[in-house]
Amino acid sequence: MIYFVLRRSIFAVVLLLIVSAFTFWIFSALPSDPAALTCGKNCRPEVIEANRERLGYDKPLVEQYGAYMKGIFTGRTYGEEGSSIHCPAPSLGYSYDRHECVTSLIASTLPVTASIALGAFVLWMGIGVGLGTLAALKRGKWQDRVATAFSVIGVSLPTFFLGLIFIMVFVIWTGLLPFPRYTGITDNPVEWFMALLLPWFVLAIISAATYVRMTRNGILEVMNEEFVRLGIAKGLPRRRLIVRYVLRAALVPIVTIAGLDFAFLLGGALVTESIFNLPGLGKLTLAAVVNSDLPILVATTMVAAVFIVVANTVVDILYGYLDPRVRVK
Amino acid sequence: MTLLSVQDLHVTFGTADGAVRAVQGVSFDVAAGETVAIVGESGSGKSVTANSLLRLNFGADVRIDGRILLDGRDVLAMSEDEVRSVRGRDVAMIFQDPLTALNPFYTVGYQIAEAFAIHHPGTSKKELREIALDSLQKVGIPEPTKRIDQYPHEFSGGMRQRIVIAIALVNSPKLLIADEPTTALDVTVQAQILELIAQMQAEHGSAVILITHDLGVVAEITERVMVMYAGRVVESASVADAFSTPTHPYTRGLLKSVKSLDTERHERLESIPGIPPSLINLPSGCPFHPRCGFAETLAGRCEREVPELRLVGASRSACHLPEDRLLGLLGGLS
Ligand SMILES: Nc1ncnc2c1ncn2[C@@H]1O[C@H](COP(=O)(O)OP(=O)(O)OP(=O)(O)O)[C@@H](O)[C@H]1O
Ligand code: SF4
Ligand SMILES: [Mg+2]
Repeated sequence: MIYFVLRRSIFAVVLLLIVSAFTFWIFSALPSDPAALTCGKNCRPEVIEANRERLGYDKPLVEQYGAYMKGIFTGRTYGEEGSSIHCPAPSLGYSYDRHECVTSLIASTLPVTASIALGAFVLWMGIGVGLGTLAALKRGKWQDRVATAFSVIGVSLPTFFLGLIFIMVFVIWTGLLPFPRYTGITDNPVEWFMALLLPWFVLAIISAATYVRMTRNGILEVMNEEFVRLGIAKGLPRRRLIVRYVLRAALVPIVTIAGLDFAFLLGGALVTESIFNLPGLGKLTLAAVVNSDLPILVATTMVAAVFIVVANTVVDILYGYLDPRVRVK
Repeated sequence: MTLLSVQDLHVTFGTADGAVRAVQGVSFDVAAGETVAIVGESGSGKSVTANSLLRLNFGADVRIDGRILLDGRDVLAMSEDEVRSVRGRDVAMIFQDPLTALNPFYTVGYQIAEAFAIHHPGTSKKELREIALDSLQKVGIPEPTKRIDQYPHEFSGGMRQRIVIAIALVNSPKLLIADEPTTALDVTVQAQILELIAQMQAEHGSAVILITHDLGVVAEITERVMVMYAGRVVESASVADAFSTPTHPYTRGLLKSVKSLDTERHERLESIPGIPPSLINLPSGCPFHPRCGFAETLAGRCEREVPELRLVGASRSACHLPEDRLLGLLGGLS
């Protein structure tokens, strides 16, 4: 088992190297000249060239990548003594647009996104798996129909639409909640909670819709399995049968998908963050797109990739624990 | 002593295409300790009949009528809890495919112990482990102390079927239902599993209902055979009688379709011409008449009247042909 974990981890690291190189290459291949974007429209060519040298864009791509990767471990200093800018390790570049080290931008936005993702995840797994299980156990009854309706509506609702409706109903019409303004959990947990309540529900409802269907179908499929029939033939009480035979088997693939979905959400909830004005990774990315702020885009892409690769690895290892058939001795 | 008495069993499945009449008026008795085989083509209702004995017919819309008396108690009239206490304790089942019959998430030891623990609450963990070890040993799993903590996927098909048998027998049931227990297995393993079932039966004194396509299996380990066709029992006889003097044209066809079992001489292999009828639109009269070579000799009676089981020689047969012709079925035409 340790060997399995080790092997998967090494694989993850290699994968991350490849992904980072690829990301780097893709963004450098864009037609926009990063150096030209460092100062305004009427910039003099000398300034552009000076900045190009300062930020390292004059070097060959491989060298740039090398410097970037090195910066992650040792930090990075741009320019000569006197007018230099230093980004301490782990340095993910420098945003000439914002005049800030990218790492500190990410460090300030990631907790916001993580707060959104975590709460939404807990809610959507609860709603999705709970409602899906109920629907499967009450197949054909009204509970099933309600769950199916929920999942159809949830799947077809665009995030921004549901978000706007929520704001209309809970903030503008009824005034039950204040207009969301993000506060750190350490600053004021209550405000933090209030600001995130709506985004949590929006994301949870939309994601849960898929999980209701997956859980319901997974359970119904497992119920047709021969081992469940043998469980019934053994005389197992219904609860034990549902928990140890049906849910156990039905939830394994769902856990896997959930891990990846969660990682994906950690990379930034673009629409939700924009609608609810939450300064998270998604908003940072969106702003970077608008301003062609390449260093930020490279960094947020890499951060998202790290989450997904890490989640993939964790899920694989978890799978080994959950399903004895893939467990390696 | 009668252990099981099935009386006028009807099982109907409501489907989008119409009502599937899978079992229609099946009646039979099984005495304590007796071994009975149910044979018949695919779709003749063997599994549906067997599953109804424990009310294991699943599906959206199932209707079961008749009486299934187990030790005099009607299984069909029991509450959910009562049936549950019968399942696995008084009546145990062995399914066809051992590769999918075990829960992949738990060790085999756990699954055997669980089968015992459900019906014997309060048994200590240590005792349960002893019982599981003992069961594994009895069904011939080598190195049980090591194997007890392994998962189903670590066993071969034959070994898994042994474990399924161990689960079935851990409560010494009065009746063991084995639904094609060897069909999914290697030919070389089949004989071993059958031998194991026979041996276990002798040891526990359980009655056995064995469902099979394989008449060879019937000849080997059962005393009595019931032949099913399109949801009905068409012949019920001792194994010796069924093989020497089949009293129903369908049984005769089945016998003809396998190689001769007790002689070296190889008979020509012929299968019964035609296909089994649709259970949604059953033929009128005798369900076998579209495929029966004797039907035309009875001037339309086969198309009009459903034949009831009646005594023919020492067997029971559901056919309109006169007794002397039924008793001479093999002789006259082979
Ligand atoms: N849940 C169900 N819903 C609808 N029809 C069913 C259901 N279960 C069984 N049937 C039908 O009942 C008929 C009898 O099925 P059964 O499984 O008893 O056949 P069998 O004799 O066991 O055949 P085999 O030798 O292939 O196992 C089949 O036509 C089958 O399609
Ligand atoms: S009743 Fe008629 S059709 Fe049916 S088996 Fe006998 S002879 Fe054949
Ligand atoms: Mg069957």
